[in-house]
Amino acid sequence: MTAPADARRALARLLTQIENGDARAQAPVAAAHRAAGRAHVIGITGAPGTGKSTLVSALARAWRATGATVAILSIDPSSPLTGGAILGDRIRMRELSGDEGVFIRSMAGRGAQGGIAAAAADACAVLDAHGFDIVLVETIGAGQSETEVARLAHTVVLVEAPGMGDDVQAIKAGIVEIADIIVVNKSDRPGAEQTASALRAALDLAPRSQGHHGAEIAGKPETRGATGPDDWAVLVLQTTATQSEGISALLERIGAHRIWLAAGAQGAQRQARRSRDEIVFRLRELLFRRALARLAEGELEALAARVAACELSAAEAAQMIAER
Amino acid sequence: MQRPLRILIGKPGLDGHDRGAKVIARALRDAGMEVIYTGLRQTPEMIAEAALQEDVDAIGLSILSGAHGSLLPRVIALLREKGMGDVPVFAGGIIPDEDVTALKAAGIAEVFGPGSSLQEIVEFVRAHTTLRGAAAQ
Repeated sequence: MTAPADARRALARLLTQIENGDARAQAPVAAAHRAAGRAHVIGITGAPGTGKSTLVSALARAWRATGATVAILSIDPSSPLTGGAILGDRIRMRELSGDEGVFIRSMAGRGAQGGIAAAAADACAVLDAHGFDIVLVETIGAGQSETEVARLAHTVVLVEAPGMGDDVQAIKAGIVEIADIIVVNKSDRPGAEQTASALRAALDLAPRSQGHHGAEIAGKPETRGATGPDDWAVLVLQTTATQSEGISALLERIGAHRIWLAAGAQGAQRQARRSRDEIVFRLRELLFRRALARLAEGELEALAARVAACELSAAEAAQMIAER
Repeated sequence: MQRPLRILIGKPGLDGHDRGAKVIARALRDAGMEVIYTGLRQTPEMIAEAALQEDVDAIGLSILSGAHGSLLPRVIALLREKGMGDVPVFAGGIIPDEDVTALKAAGIAEVFGPGSSLQEIVEFVRAHTTLRGAAAQ
């Protein structure tokens, strides 16, 4: 029998190979995608400083209390200048260490072309196939990562904090629209109620194209915005992760979303859309890498010089490469 | 393409001063490495398990409390138990010269005292992890 430490070490090594785009990962990753599908993959996203890591830690402990095993994938940006990164999310997850039912892995973004999104999807599949009941993916909600997390996760939790530029930020398109659950964390701070109200108002202003957008009215959740019995209502919940307050309600809501995904036609549609988006994304990556591989040494620089000298448009240069 | 090195920086023991550890973490990041910083008051068990999960190429431990004589060899022992005895571990902080020999005998690859330059540490990490990476390929 394999000792648990050996299994975890093998898992950690496979995750490294995935991150590095190592060819040795291909077969085990393909096998993992076939064996996956049992875990609930939850994306936790939001601006820096909203307390995502602390919330993830509190959620993980709550799941552990139910007996579920938890894997955490924590993604932080790389420095665009040096390619280095400081990955410090474990600092806020120290209460989880020593528990063999928890596995934490930090990943650096490695720049826009580092393919971290593909790596993260493969990493989720591997963690799922390894047998974790819950896979939590923590990402910074900036740039394109918010749409990536929607493709990656079954359930997306958007984390906000009081006083984070309330009204304007809340109405911003993109990030609010992909959220299945919105959390105002640090709710022991002044202004938490106002932030929650502003977010609820923003949800009313920006209904989802799929029509499953709702907001909580005091004591009567799921009545606003949800137009049919099959609709998912996006609730704004309040938590104080440092005191584990509001965590059980959040856990319950995340569980409810999973049931919604599995039960109704809309849930099935949502899953199908995720899979389609993932194929499109992989296709784009693949074609992009193929095109780059056809470039001769220094050719990109030569084209760039012509574009800079206004002899050629960037679109024409791209077409020349693509039609090679 | 060369992959970024992954380095764990941790602070075993009970002293609450992590400025040195943070300076090292930053220098390694600026040298293009991915630094997993685990924060204060880590037990040897926490450090070894984090190193395993993160599959790091090297481990740097900062210790100012004077407990290096017991904590650092314990980290090495746990890493060996987990099959990670090949991961180089270096230490920094306040460690008297007379203790360095014993720590090296226990498996600590290098000890950097207060006078060490950041460049020295970055170069040490590069040199030792390249060797390991080559052996692993």
